[in-house]
Amino acid sequence: MANNITDETIDYVGILAKLELNEEEKQQAKDDMNRMLDYIDKLNELDTTGVEPMSHAFQVQNVFREDVVTNGDNREQMLQNAPEKKDGSYKVPKTVD
Amino acid sequence: MNIMSMTAVELGKKIKAKEITVLEAVKAAIEQIEKLDGTYNCYVTVDKEGALKRAEEVQKLIDEGSLTGPLAGVPVAIKDNMCTKDLLTTCSSKILSNFKPTYTAEAVLNLEKAGAVILGKTNMDEFAMGSTTETSAYGVTRNPWNAEHVPGGSSGGSCAAVAAEECSYALGSDTGGSIRQPSSFCGVVGIKPTYGTVSRYGLIAYGSSLDQIGPIAKDVTDCATILEAISSYDTKDSTSMKRDDLDFTSALVDDVKGMKIGIPKDYFGEGLDEEVKEKVLAAVEVLKSKGAIVEEFDLSLVEYAIPAYYVIASAEASSNLSRFDGVKYGYRAADYEGLHNMYKKTRSAGFGPEVKRRIMLGSFVLSSGYYDAYYLKALRTKALIKQAFDKAFAKYDVILGPAAPTTAPELGKSLSDPLKMYLGDIYTISVNLAGLPGMSVPCGTDSKGLPVGLQIIGDCFKEKNVIRVGYAYEQSRGYEHSPAVMGGAQ
Repeated sequence: MANNITDETIDYVGILAKLELNEEEKQQAKDDMNRMLDYIDKLNELDTTGVEPMSHAFQVQNVFREDVVTNGDNREQMLQNAPEKKDGSYKVPKTVD
Repeated sequence: MNIMSMTAVELGKKIKAKEITVLEAVKAAIEQIEKLDGTYNCYVTVDKEGALKRAEEVQKLIDEGSLTGPLAGVPVAIKDNMCTKDLLTTCSSKILSNFKPTYTAEAVLNLEKAGAVILGKTNMDEFAMGSTTETSAYGVTRNPWNAEHVPGGSSGGSCAAVAAEECSYALGSDTGGSIRQPSSFCGVVGIKPTYGTVSRYGLIAYGSSLDQIGPIAKDVTDCATILEAISSYDTKDSTSMKRDDLDFTSALVDDVKGMKIGIPKDYFGEGLDEEVKEKVLAAVEVLKSKGAIVEEFDLSLVEYAIPAYYVIASAEASSNLSRFDGVKYGYRAADYEGLHNMYKKTRSAGFGPEVKRRIMLGSFVLSSGYYDAYYLKALRTKALIKQAFDKAFAKYDVILGPAAPTTAPELGKSLSDPLKMYLGDIYTISVNLAGLPGMSVPCGTDSKGLPVGLQIIGDCFKEKNVIRVGYAYEQSRGYEHSPAVMGGAQ
């Protein structure tokens, strides 16, 4: 069955993805996604009843280590990469009024 | 013999024997970069000053006797998605155009401990998303066998740099074939190890459950030696595996007598180029003549690997790449209104089209209402693919096939049809889904003079079988240098 992604879905996915698309990009994204989903729907041919979803190839679970700080204070070095900084912190646009 | 035409291990021996100094080796590499990189664009960043300085330090350590390993003093190129302290790390993206990491990736650190000298960072598809190195924000990389063709991807810069001898060896990363396919296209050897063998700490994540770092070099001996150096158990990577069989060079044995090799019929069907098929089957014959037992079989599920991969990789990418928001590092849009608009404007201008396409798809398949139908379905498919390989490896020591269905396509022919480009990963992708080790070894050239790669796939943790078969095959032909370094540069 051919997929038919709506404008609303593309707008919603744009919000989730934090991407701003212009009209042309939106149309392109819709076409791309429809085509990919048509292709991905091939998976429905497979009967996966009773098959556990496998997130990692090996069953390694609960890998813990002692919660000990091993790295130094890299604040100054890390802030070197910040687009904007102020008083030893990252500076971002105003978020609350 | 020219310094840059030696393998990494050969050069390491000459440095150890004091026949060549580290500085001479590094200068030879830089000279080659200055001569050829204008044409091939393998590097995003060349750290000439840092490499020359480091050469002196490493030489001192060798002279003191504190650095004695096979790679001490040998110059290396690192794919630009591995963090290198104070050295620009861009992932070939505009959004990281000014990012200088505060730490070095564990695999790179392991190489430094072994005495490697880093020449610079190699070009790639943006965030490793692509199969041609054409999605880089810093220009395309060209294939040293024919500059009108792509080097493959996403580790195209690393593979082309090895083929153009602009480094002695390189590191790449492989999420769906990104080491093996460009190795095949550039006529070099590349290994994707078992998932968890090489630490991913400091590797800028694309699809975390699939990403692995691996070596790219002129021959199997180099690759085994490099893999031995970079592999380690790392508590900073929760998916790191504790292994006590990392002595990969012990598998460099020219003996495949009695080894069982499976040839999946599904890897030789529709879509496979006739010339590629011929070269790969000829390589199988060589192994048969050396005493390997070869048998055809049905692997099954091959056509489901690509759709499952694109769901899983895109989903993980959409989550992993959410960290690029213009706050902590990298590019920030100049004009915006408020925080959320700043995120959107920054990401929309900072990411290229292929990255945005995958983030959109990934966000969709993880969204409420579609998660079960797409994401969980893909994870169930992944489990079935793993089972199919388990069944095969109950019978065979290794599986052989092509690394890619064709040789390197011409520049500019792939990106217009992403789905078709994705299909080129058909033989490599399932290996990542199942966490297996795989290697591409050159096995000849087609009528256009472009290299073909033989893919050798092993069971989990059985790199040694892969290395042994690759090494034995390689003894029958030796290394073929690319036209770029044979005076045939175009």
